[in-house]
Amino acid sequence: MSRMTLLIKEHAKPSIQEILEAGKFLVTGEIGPPKGTDLEEMIEHINLLKDKVHAMNITDNQSSVMRYPSLGTAILIKELGGEPTLQVTCRDRNRLAIEADLLFAYTRGIRSVLCLTGDSIPVGDHKDAKGVFDLESVQLLQLIRNMEEGRDSAGNELKGGVKFFKGAIVTPEAVPLEPQILKFEKKIEAGAQFFQTQAVYDMDNFKRFMERARKINDKVYICCGLVLLTSPGQIKYMNNNVPGVFVPENLAREMEDAPKEERLNTGIRIMARQIRQLIDEKICDGVHIMAIGKEDVVPKILEEAGVDITKM
Amino acid sequence: MIITTSKPFEEVLKELEGEQKVFIVGCGSCAATCETGGEPQVAEMKAKLEAEGKTVTGTVVYEEVCHELNTKRKFRENKEAVEAAEGFLVMCCGAGVQSVREATDKPVHPACNTMFLGNIVRHGHFVEKCSLCGDCVLEDFGAICPVTRCHKGILNGPCGGTDEGKCETDKEKDCGWTLIYNQLEKMGKLDRFRRIYGLKNWQANMKPGRVIFERKGGGE
Repeated sequence: MSRMTLLIKEHAKPSIQEILEAGKFLVTGEIGPPKGTDLEEMIEHINLLKDKVHAMNITDNQSSVMRYPSLGTAILIKELGGEPTLQVTCRDRNRLAIEADLLFAYTRGIRSVLCLTGDSIPVGDHKDAKGVFDLESVQLLQLIRNMEEGRDSAGNELKGGVKFFKGAIVTPEAVPLEPQILKFEKKIEAGAQFFQTQAVYDMDNFKRFMERARKINDKVYICCGLVLLTSPGQIKYMNNNVPGVFVPENLAREMEDAPKEERLNTGIRIMARQIRQLIDEKICDGVHIMAIGKEDVVPKILEEAGVDITKM
Repeated sequence: MIITTSKPFEEVLKELEGEQKVFIVGCGSCAATCETGGEPQVAEMKAKLEAEGKTVTGTVVYEEVCHELNTKRKFRENKEAVEAAEGFLVMCCGAGVQSVREATDKPVHPACNTMFLGNIVRHGHFVEKCSLCGDCVLEDFGAICPVTRCHKGILNGPCGGTDEGKCETDKEKDCGWTLIYNQLEKMGKLDRFRRIYGLKNWQANMKPGRVIFERKGGGE
């Protein structure tokens, strides 16, 4: 047995690939690492979620804000008995650094990677930093595929390769949508096996997108991204500032009509309803829940949606 | 052309601290168009420095300060004022400043910030459309450069930060990839958009850039 195989521990949980290929509805959550070394709250969230969701994404310096690293957190999730999906962005690392990280991730049992270009530097908290963008999401997917075939991006042979379940992002409500659709096709061509969407709220729109996506390719798995709504202010902010995210009028009103102390519960109720609809109407292959700091309410959302992954 | 902006006058004054006698170099090419280093700006700078008690030993404004041989010639032509100066204030791009550096060992100070290689949209309005990458990709993208006109310089389509044709970094700026999409669609060449563009060679112009053309026989 090679040294590398020894490093990969027995996997306690099925991978998201195994779940999707078994035809089960995938339920994933998200962990946003802290700014600093106090991991207590994040560990609490991981422990709370690890048996409630199939896997947890770990954001990679989300919104260009420097944080505890996604790779370190992915390993931590494994150590705690959860299943991580490693997010890799191209903003902070060039091809050498990304390849090296992927080698490391593979030897530590990370099986799923979500490939993103990454937000731009000026939207974050290190506004004077140099953005790398040596490559972007499509090229990253290709780079991983090359590594799986035993070569790095310079064409050099790897002594021991990698194998990942490769994911990417699509924004169903992007304006204009056509370039986004073409990029979606390119991501599939470059090796994307699963997609998580940008936050979606209008389920009729999403259904139309899914019809189109299925026509383009009915093999890739698509999981609907949902962001927890928490207040009228947050809805207003997202509608005005987050590209490709639109909260429709009826949901905004539902939140506005709720008394202050009921807002979080309203958000939970809305998301639970949407998850139920995704499952009942078989709209897509899974849901990716982004609670953004409110990870502790994810079990409640799933309970209200009547979702228990142990019984699926 | 090379787009420059003027450094704040306080910053210029700080650069010149300890130097009483100053010689000013302006550029009649790019900096004149940008109104950062042409004749009027050099005259204005001279007056402001004199108001601060400095002695301006001389000024010179000529085309292409970046031309090193030409700069040396101009310095010879202004020998007296140049020799009297304790330092040089150069009102043009960084290339011009360093051209002056080749002509003297005395302190040389930049009066401008060098911004980008720019297109002139109209008087006083400049935009960056080429970032001098050394490996031109314009042929593939409808003659709109994704390396420059997309903030991230990515090569396979818009990122998730694009919104109604604008960039996430600045709602006043066009999303380069939306421009490229629209152009290719207009030309009936969306197949180019669909093509996956592999990793770019970012070392095509390995810094510092250097090009030496072989002299052709029979010429000058």
